[in-house]
Amino acid sequence: MPTTLTINGATAAHDVSPATLLVDLLRDGLGLTGTHIGCDTSQCGACNVLVDGRATKACTVLAIQLDGASVTTIEGLASGETLHPMQAAFKEHHGLQCGFCTPGMVMAGLEMVRRHGHDLDEATVSHELEGNLCRCTGYRNIVTAIAAGAKAMAATGETTHA
Amino acid sequence: MREFVYERPTTLDAAVAAFAGGGEAALIAGGHTLLPAMKSRLRQPDTLVDLAGVPGLSEITRNGDMLWIGAMTTHATVAADPTVTAAILGLAALALLIGDPQVRNRGTIGGVLANNDPSADYPAALLALGGTVETNLGSHDVDGYFQGMFATALSDGEIITRVGFKIPKASAYAKFRHPASRYAVVGVYVAQTADGVRVAVTGAGPGVVRWPEAEEALTASFTPEAAKGLVLGGDLNTDIHASAEYRGHLAGTMLARAVAAAA
Ligand SMILES: Cc1cc2nc3c(=O)[nH]c(=O)nc-3n(C[C@H](O)[C@H](O)[C@H](O)COP(=O)(O)OP(=O)(O)OC[C@H]3O[C@@H](n4cnc5c(N)ncnc54)[C@H](O)[C@@H]3O)c2cc1C
Ligand code: FES
Ligand code: FES
Repeated sequence: MPTTLTINGATAAHDVSPATLLVDLLRDGLGLTGTHIGCDTSQCGACNVLVDGRATKACTVLAIQLDGASVTTIEGLASGETLHPMQAAFKEHHGLQCGFCTPGMVMAGLEMVRRHGHDLDEATVSHELEGNLCRCTGYRNIVTAIAAGAKAMAATGETTHA
Repeated sequence: MREFVYERPTTLDAAVAAFAGGGEAALIAGGHTLLPAMKSRLRQPDTLVDLAGVPGLSEITRNGDMLWIGAMTTHATVAADPTVTAAILGLAALALLIGDPQVRNRGTIGGVLANNDPSADYPAALLALGGTVETNLGSHDVDGYFQGMFATALSDGEIITRVGFKIPKASAYAKFRHPASRYAVVGVYVAQTADGVRVAVTGAGPGVVRWPEAEEALTASFTPEAAKGLVLGGDLNTDIHASAEYRGHLAGTMLARAVAAAA
């Protein structure tokens, strides 16, 4: 069934079967493999993308349900070689080890900025990360990175790509 | 996931017709219960009827002593909506305890109340506050609506349109979250209503229940002290997470916390 989606700014009709999950369209159909599948049981948040600006588990939504929506994946954040401030903060503050959870963590960070603004305290960030699992870092540097990234976004006037 | 026919009707009547016309059919709202069930092949519908295209299912209105919330309203919206927070703060606070931010961005109140998971949160609020589940066929008073594990008064294909909660004098929810699934190990909703104190418990047994002993004790004295020592009895769950005895005791602790928080 033809499904019109704006993915990272480009609007196109995609021919998807009804049972196609958004994450499968992104990864297998479009080669956007930055969106990861960690659990496939809706628990881990590795598959988080933004749908009309809201963080959404791409493994728990059908592409067809989103006809007309705008989707932002991790590939859509950087401008050319310049990382989005939230990405740059993960690099700067060592917010990753293996990097598997990172795309989903970055999206969760953008969701926090959307709802709580640029001044995020540690308790808020920790609480808001309840749907994101990391097997490597112990979360400390992720929390630091998200708070720093949120501040940096205010400085550069960067949006969450609504 | 097995393939199916997808329908996105734009009226309630068309949704009813699509449900009736396609073998084993399922309604989909936020999909955060149904899609995991379909991925694990617990559910294999022939036709999926998406309610997202039906207008008017996500309105929030206050009318006299009732707060009405459209079935397709997401948990995130209930948590943040000023009409909800002004009318029933405890309900908004409950919505913020469901799942995680991503779940709250998609999951809907209608989906939770249709599904009636024995550990879900909204059933406790609706049963404690009192109110009505409105559907395409009429309305169900909450006192006959919940019928045990995953069972409700809805008939097959009946569509919830909106849910009415009676606005209380004060209320609150206290939940002991399972740290991994975030569902309630035990959750207690306490409400001081025009009809007296009502207490509902989720997570402890095979379905949401009222707790008459707690209602009696709190009617005598609406204080955390009055809740002290109360232990929930009846048919409670024992599983790898907690024993029935533990859950019975935990209900008393959650009750005291809810009373202390009631506003
Ligand atoms: C990781 C995770 C954590 C979660 N944690 C919690 C939690 O802590 N507490 C909690 O309460 N829930 C929790 N949930 C469940 C979540 O709240 C779901 O969103 C909810 O149970 C179902 O709502 P939905 O809109 O997603 O419904 P769907 O999955 O779309 O539908 C669920 C069922 O309801 C039916 N249905 C949906 N809408 C209607 C309607 N308007 N009329 C009639 N039938 C309808 C469907 O046919 C289906 O059978 C969690 C889910 C996940 C994935
Ligand atoms: S892969 Fe989607 S939540 Fe884990
Ligand atoms: S950095 Fe390895 S899972 Fe998070």
